[in-house]
Amino acid sequence: MTTQLSRQELAKRIASDIPEGSYVNLGIGAPTLVANDLPEDQEIILHTENGMLGMGEAPETARVDPDLVNAGKQPVTALAGASYFHHADSFGMMRGGHLDVCVLGAFQVAENGDLANWSTGALGAIPAVGGAMDLAIGAKHLYVMMDLLTKQGESKLVTTCSYPLTGLGCVSRVYTDFAVFDVTPNGFAVRELFGDNTVGELSELLTLELADETHAARA
Amino acid sequence: MIDKSVSSVADAVAGIPDGATVMIGGFGRAGQPVELIDALIEQGAGDLTIVSNNAGNADVGIAALLAKRRVRRVICSFPRQSDSWVFDGLYREGAIELELVPQGNLAERIRAAGAGIGAFFTPTGVGTQLAEGKETREIDGRVYALEYPIKADVALISAFKADRWGNLIYRETARNFGPIMASAAVTTVVQVDEIVQLGRLDPETVVTPGIFVDRVVALGERPWLKDGVFIGGVDLHGRPLESAHDRAEAEGGA
Repeated sequence: MTTQLSRQELAKRIASDIPEGSYVNLGIGAPTLVANDLPEDQEIILHTENGMLGMGEAPETARVDPDLVNAGKQPVTALAGASYFHHADSFGMMRGGHLDVCVLGAFQVAENGDLANWSTGALGAIPAVGGAMDLAIGAKHLYVMMDLLTKQGESKLVTTCSYPLTGLGCVSRVYTDFAVFDVTPNGFAVRELFGDNTVGELSELLTLELADETHAARA
Repeated sequence: MIDKSVSSVADAVAGIPDGATVMIGGFGRAGQPVELIDALIEQGAGDLTIVSNNAGNADVGIAALLAKRRVRRVICSFPRQSDSWVFDGLYREGAIELELVPQGNLAERIRAAGAGIGAFFTPTGVGTQLAEGKETREIDGRVYALEYPIKADVALISAFKADRWGNLIYRETARNFGPIMASAAVTTVVQVDEIVQLGRLDPETVVTPGIFVDRVVALGERPWLKDGVFIGGVDLHGRPLESAHDRAEAEGGA
């Protein structure tokens, strides 16, 4: 098993699954890459939880506007049709289930859909949660974008999360560098394999039972 | 005649007592009322509880207030950032208390305070460390945790323009916590670029009605605008671009 997608390739893969007309929140970090690959001929509206719908790309240096930033506090632009709103409305949009898709990074995803992405629980670390817990439970579809393995080679798909939880049973799909996994009532199902990876090899690597739904996904 | 305008930032923050709970608007630098915070530092109130999304960036604004050891407790969602060294140091030293609140719960607790809500059930945080010990209830098959409002003695916020009745409009994502904090504090103090003549703000576009506002101070147009039009030429902190490369880009772009 050798095939791994790069972050950019994975971002492109995720972007291709987001239908026109969707309201989408892209979490801080790697998920923001997805924005670059959304098709230009389609209208997909990006939400940033600090208070805007219709977020556009970063401005050139001379056009940075300190009043116009995204959730990562980076400069952005507003598309024609954008709107601004205060924080309670912004999180109401999320909590109220109005967003279609949210893409987040993760430390671990459990086979029941539990998400751990805000804290490693390390002693002495200063905790910070931001909007992670609201994002986790807010969107109709929560997609996780992450490497399948830690730098130490351990699986980030797990039976039960060992890191502090962000949300319970909230993840619907996990996009990794090796494969795409759906969270189902029976655990993880492989939806799509990249390159020459096989379900059997992945199951062995992760020491998890994996359903093979690759045919169903193609159908 | 109602006139909520005050002539200086010192007048704007006058009377804030030791031990006060102070809400401070802003998301990072955007909408952070830096000049009012500086005035609060000068004014000298201490033993404060600060309610804000972050716990200060670099050495300005909330970070400067923390560095003067005027803050006993911070209620926020995201204290740890690449440039939160002031908070980090105080926290590790045990010199500051932290109540960590998920961002949406923070916003809704502030909104609830302003709207007279006694408490509310929210799904955010259920089953996590941050909802441990909280009352829960299953409603229509979903589990929610009980959260209480956060009120303040004072809110310090930054808006774009006001009139003398305290009606406010904001600019872009700098709006963030302004409208809800304005409603949740006994005394709401606002810094704006300009206080316009009564009647010049279109009632259809007023975001915060003056009933939520007590004091307004005008500071002049922000450096990245000229006569109300965006000109850029600044970095994310609002400082003029300095390098030759930046200047060249600024000239080309403006």
